[in-house]
Amino acid sequence: MSSETTAPEHVFGDRVSLLAGLVPQFTWHVTELPDGVRVDLGGPLTIEEAPALWKRLTELLESSTSKTRVQVDNSGVTSIDGACTALLVHLRSELKARRVHCEFTGGSPAVRRLIELYGGRRRPKARRARPADNAVEQVGRATVAMFAELVSVLDFSGRLVRGAWFSLRHPSRLNWRDIGVTMERAGADAAPIVMLINFLIGFVMGYQSALQLKQFGANIYVADLVGLSVTRELGPLMTAIIVCGRTGAAFAAELGTMKVSEEVDALRTLGFMPLRFLVLPRLLGLVLVVPLLTLLADGVGILGGLLVAVLTLDITPVAYWGETLKVVEPWDVFSGVLKSGVFAGAIALIACQQGLATSGGAEGVGRRTTSAVVTILFSLILLDAIFTLVLGALAP
Amino acid sequence: MSEALIRVRDLQVGWGDRILLSSASFDVERGDVFVILGGSGCGKSTLLRHLIGLETASVGTISISGVGAPRLEGAAPEYGVMFQSGALFSSMTVGENVGFALREWTELPTDAIDAIVKAKLALVGLEGAEGRLPAELSGGMKKRAAIARAMAFEPKLLFLDEPSAGLDPVSAAELDDLIIALNRGLGLTVVMVTHELESIFKVGKHCIMLDKDSKSIIASGSPSQLKADSQDSKVHQFFHRQARVR
Repeated sequence: MSSETTAPEHVFGDRVSLLAGLVPQFTWHVTELPDGVRVDLGGPLTIEEAPALWKRLTELLESSTSKTRVQVDNSGVTSIDGACTALLVHLRSELKARRVHCEFTGGSPAVRRLIELYGGRRRPKARRARPADNAVEQVGRATVAMFAELVSVLDFSGRLVRGAWFSLRHPSRLNWRDIGVTMERAGADAAPIVMLINFLIGFVMGYQSALQLKQFGANIYVADLVGLSVTRELGPLMTAIIVCGRTGAAFAAELGTMKVSEEVDALRTLGFMPLRFLVLPRLLGLVLVVPLLTLLADGVGILGGLLVAVLTLDITPVAYWGETLKVVEPWDVFSGVLKSGVFAGAIALIACQQGLATSGGAEGVGRRTTSAVVTILFSLILLDAIFTLVLGALAP
Repeated sequence: MSEALIRVRDLQVGWGDRILLSSASFDVERGDVFVILGGSGCGKSTLLRHLIGLETASVGTISISGVGAPRLEGAAPEYGVMFQSGALFSSMTVGENVGFALREWTELPTDAIDAIVKAKLALVGLEGAEGRLPAELSGGMKKRAAIARAMAFEPKLLFLDEPSAGLDPVSAAELDDLIIALNRGLGLTVVMVTHELESIFKVGKHCIMLDKDSKSIIASGSPSQLKADSQDSKVHQFFHRQARVR
């Protein structure tokens, strides 16, 4: 027979140590039985005792695998709360899962009532542990999920084409109001941040290139470098990234919230095609406004470079501007603007598709919004690379 | 016996490969207040989504007015739907919500639409609320506004998903009175999902009870009939236990 008792002594006496389970107030007496063990519990079993009780229960659980029966006698328990009851019931169900019979005996009516309330009388079901997916199953699941997403994208595309065709035949049925709202929110409201960021990009580019070019006496070429990189690449790309963060995320979250709050279903029951009513206006609004933002970005980016040239390289504004006009061709600006229109389309379509694919409440909205932003950023870089190759080949 | 407005035969209800109801068959007669009831997770709302046309049945048939499943999108609404949360468009005022389908599907001038919107809002006891945003309304008012929107296109059939869920007893009772008034006064056929016993007895004329375990309809009849006569233990428990709580 082995036994151990937790002395009901206060070492520190403060509540912190009680909460930490350092000073258990309950008693725990273990008696070996021919086919198992009996645990005699005594004293108060309250939330303060839970850490120490949990430790005892875990030890008991680990040592009980070779046993067939565990009896927990609550005769000495003076009080018990829900937390400790839950731990005892958990012990029983864990033992059951290991095919060890566990029973609660004794205890005051109040103790028995609480154990009963927490399912103590219910016969615990032996849990069948779900085997973890092996590598093949995980790959299989991921592939199925990928195909399901692909089907969802194809379905979205088909419906969008249908909605666009309907709108072409009935232009008065297009949601013109939302086009205006989108242009205002994604365009006018975004102009300050687009201008600030692109100005700083032009400024930093100008500064970095000035440091190098100054060494060779090629100061004036700062204008060439800034002008070409801003109009061809940085202006459209930085603008698209800002629009992705501001508007793409907003589209995905807005449509996702509408989806989970049944507003999209309500639209359908009123006869509306959600893609025609919700997606097309956003797509058109963005495709119209982002090229304008890009032109603005080009202008302020060049201004940023000009400021650096004037302040650090002693180049006059007129000379800088003249060099910019000499080197930046209309094609450079046009190709950037064209690219920004395609970027805008990608942002709107991906954000709306992700938004309308939302399910599962607030968590689903967050997940889809994150997914929309990541997918858009990846697509922007991919599209930019394709454009660089194609426009490079087409350049006059 | 009056004519069946909705005829459902051998319908399988579920999400993807998860089947909630293996085979449901029932009729809803014109002018009826038909209640779909049952415990949580038994497929009440999913069955309603199939009836509305938001989910497509892979097995079984639904026929409304003898012309097959209802058509969604691209046509004026054939019936009204009130969703559990109301599902008012949050970016629009209450008036814009109610007049939304009228603006899309009719050639009515704005003044006429405004007049209809006012009348519909008055019908549900929301006079003067047309300029308010859904966020400014209480739960009960949102549901009333949603009913007004559902009624805007003069439907003969109204679907209600848990109309009294989340409402205080007074608001819930007022909503029940409104449903009765719409049914009796306008001859509307109402199909509603609920598990509120008080509403079932006050409003319902016929009901079916779904069961999660057997994935079937376990009872059908008038609420009082089911309460008094049903031999099924789950039906008995459902009607008598809740009655005792109240």
